[in-house]
Amino acid sequence: MAINFTVNGKAASTDAPPATPLLWVIREGLKLTGTKFGCGTGLCGACTVHIDGRRAFSCQIQVSEIAGKSVTTIEGLSADASHPLQKAWLAEQVPQCGYCQSGQIMSAADLLKQNPKPTRDQIVEHMSTNICRCGTYQRIVRAVERAAREA
Amino acid sequence: MTQHVATDRLNVSLTRRQIMIGAAGLSFAVAVNGRAAAALLAADAGGRAFSPWVSIAPDGTITIMSAATEMGQGSMTSLPLILAEELDADWSKVRIVPAPVIDQIYGNPAFGGMIYTAGSNAVRAYFQPLRTFGAQVRRVLIDNAAKKLGVPVDELTTEPSVVVHAKSGRRLGYGEIASFAEIPDKAPEIKPEQLKKPSAFRLIGKDVTRVELPGKVNGSAQYSIDVQLPGMLYGAVVRAPIEGSAPDTFGEAKVRAIAGVVKTVKLPYGIGVVAETPWAAFAARQVIVGSAAWTKSGKAWGFDSDKGLEAFAATARDLAKPGTDWFKVGDLRAELPKAADTMDALYLCDYAYHAQMEPLNAVASVSPAGDAAEVWCGTQGPTVAQEAPAKALGIARDKVKVNYTLMGGGFGRRGPRDSDFVVDAVLLAKDAGRPVKVMWTREDDVHNGRFRPLSAHYLRAGFDPSGKLTVWHHRHVGDRVTPFFDPVRYERSGRKDGILMAGGDLAGYDVPHQLVEQLYEDTGVRTAPLRGIGFLANKFATETFIDEIARKQGIDPLKLRRDLLAKNPRGSRLIERAAQMADWGRRREGRALGLAYIDYSGTQLAGIAEISLDRRSGEIRAHEFWCTIDCGLPVQPDNVVAQTESSIVYGLGLALSERITIKDGAVEQSNFYDYRVPRMNEVPRMHIEVIQTDNPPTGVGQMAAPLVAPAIGNAIAAMTGARLRHSPFTPERVKKALA
Repeated sequence: MAINFTVNGKAASTDAPPATPLLWVIREGLKLTGTKFGCGTGLCGACTVHIDGRRAFSCQIQVSEIAGKSVTTIEGLSADASHPLQKAWLAEQVPQCGYCQSGQIMSAADLLKQNPKPTRDQIVEHMSTNICRCGTYQRIVRAVERAAREA
Repeated sequence: MTQHVATDRLNVSLTRRQIMIGAAGLSFAVAVNGRAAAALLAADAGGRAFSPWVSIAPDGTITIMSAATEMGQGSMTSLPLILAEELDADWSKVRIVPAPVIDQIYGNPAFGGMIYTAGSNAVRAYFQPLRTFGAQVRRVLIDNAAKKLGVPVDELTTEPSVVVHAKSGRRLGYGEIASFAEIPDKAPEIKPEQLKKPSAFRLIGKDVTRVELPGKVNGSAQYSIDVQLPGMLYGAVVRAPIEGSAPDTFGEAKVRAIAGVVKTVKLPYGIGVVAETPWAAFAARQVIVGSAAWTKSGKAWGFDSDKGLEAFAATARDLAKPGTDWFKVGDLRAELPKAADTMDALYLCDYAYHAQMEPLNAVASVSPAGDAAEVWCGTQGPTVAQEAPAKALGIARDKVKVNYTLMGGGFGRRGPRDSDFVVDAVLLAKDAGRPVKVMWTREDDVHNGRFRPLSAHYLRAGFDPSGKLTVWHHRHVGDRVTPFFDPVRYERSGRKDGILMAGGDLAGYDVPHQLVEQLYEDTGVRTAPLRGIGFLANKFATETFIDEIARKQGIDPLKLRRDLLAKNPRGSRLIERAAQMADWGRRREGRALGLAYIDYSGTQLAGIAEISLDRRSGEIRAHEFWCTIDCGLPVQPDNVVAQTESSIVYGLGLALSERITIKDGAVEQSNFYDYRVPRMNEVPRMHIEVIQTDNPPTGVGQMAAPLVAPAIGNAIAAMTGARLRHSPFTPERVKKALA
């Protein structure tokens, strides 16, 4: 039976088995490939999306759990990469390989929504859910601070 | 910014091009002599081809081929930027296209002409050729402008993308010239002295936004894992836990019973499954993992890395066991017995895993007759990614089209001669008769990992009567890398294993008698270059031993390095500046500093770590890290900083927590819970200073990684007097050293 939900403001539906991780439905079913597969175990944060406005690891969410809910992916964060975080990410030249950065940005967007002026320590605590193997952490902190300042 | 990366691929027959281009060397002459070929290459690039590297469209768009693969290190921007500099191109009009896989034109001079991005040598190796190529095209544009305007060539100059005749005030844009230009048969000769002086650079040394970054903040950047083809199936492969082992039996009926599974495929080295959906493929994978039995072929069965390392250590200490001389200056064998005093120490390093964020994957499509294939993959080596599938299919290399995408990290893992993860997709696609995307899970990526080798290092130092270090002996017992990772390269390089051994000497320091011996082991464990390669283990050993010598002699480790670098002004400047930045002489409550210096293939660095230690738990924390780097001329200075920060974080994980262990030949770890890489709350604040010199550019992509373990270990010694001689410094090891 199809599961209906909303993705980036549009109606979506999948007939994947109920236990299928949301990640695979987003990536391979809906072809929104900005959300990444990193570990499949909720340890790296590359798959971070928003569900009803709060961050979640999409590899840990079964698709049955999101029936009727609203999912936002990196593609839906802003229409034209104009979110203050996306602008700050470019201004600070954050990405290297870039693979984790969708998840990093979605995670940071969740932080700024709850706490528009986070301290450095709050940023570090919140963002430590997300691994960046290129070690761009210092620039991520700067970019979140910049986005908070310029938003 | 209007420049962008073409995400579409060149879409004409490479076979045709390769035939036309023939076997010329890396030279602009190819461009001009093979004009027809160049025109073909440029047809998709848009505009007229001035060479296989550059074409210019009437609207002024300049398309430049990028011969380096992009894994986050920035070469996709840096290399075209170098060419654009000498071309005097308007960077905002530059479009960058990944070069097609034609070794003869685009191959990396530092790797025998194969297209391969590794060793942090893309800028170093391509710098001079690309400058010349750019200058040659600029010259052709000027010659054509001179003819058109009826003025002597020497009255013409260029501004970005414009030829200017100052006398008359006339200007011709590059796009306009391209529309009428006659391209000569022979490339104009450009002598090195005709290239721009660094003071005239408009692009080199100035920071530009890396071309692929915009796609990395909005989710549009394409990695191979994102590729989707019409009719594509999903594959998983469960590899034998041990190299050389083969599948025996598995629960085939149970796998086939899973909804969506199309078929299973027995491969020489593992069991593959093809399914309609990724979730069906992963469910099938799980059943195979739980049911597979393997033949006992292969070398590593029974190998235990803890016991293996003990055996390595015993060999290292046993001077009766001869090694091969890897590096030699002076005459250690004659001088060591004469030394007034000697010291020795043993250092150990564990296997380590790359942990690139994008698990390995590839997409392949094979023709129904099996006589041609197309692959999409994130590879550091497009050449080997073409060669290995061709070999696996038994077809000619030019029958395989390779589309190399952005990589979600590389770190050395993505370029083995056998292209393991690419061949998976090719073999399943052939069997399925449809395109297949094979994705490794993180567990597959760890279990099939190819690691930084296990190694033991026995070091001896000899001193003259004044206490001066004059003799240095380093016996390195390590698991072979190059013969496994790239046997072709191993043979071509005279059976030398640079990936294992690089950095074992004291480059940069003045020590007259040095001998580094290689004592080879072959455990059968899969190995590969890993960011920092041999320097990681070797510099941990050498920079720690230097520190031990200083402490035993009761002198400041900075002072000892000062003496050793007395004849090396670049190195001296680096340690002095780093010491100044860190305020080296200041004591700090509950914290301590440790220093390391490296000459890494011509790039020199100094690093200082400020650490604290929880003596109860054995946990080390790095709070600050100061680093000075001299890479000659920095092509993209902010990227030098970014790569150095990145290398420090990478080195931090290897120093403190990252450790692969092998039991009965198989990998024990599985995912980020038992292979811990640094998170944001574990990294120090990093203070990087790029010391600019006019020396030719050298590498930056990994050079700081090997600084970290010795800097931290030396700081622990400064704080506690205890010496950490086994990396990584896990809490258990720290507590043992403190006891």
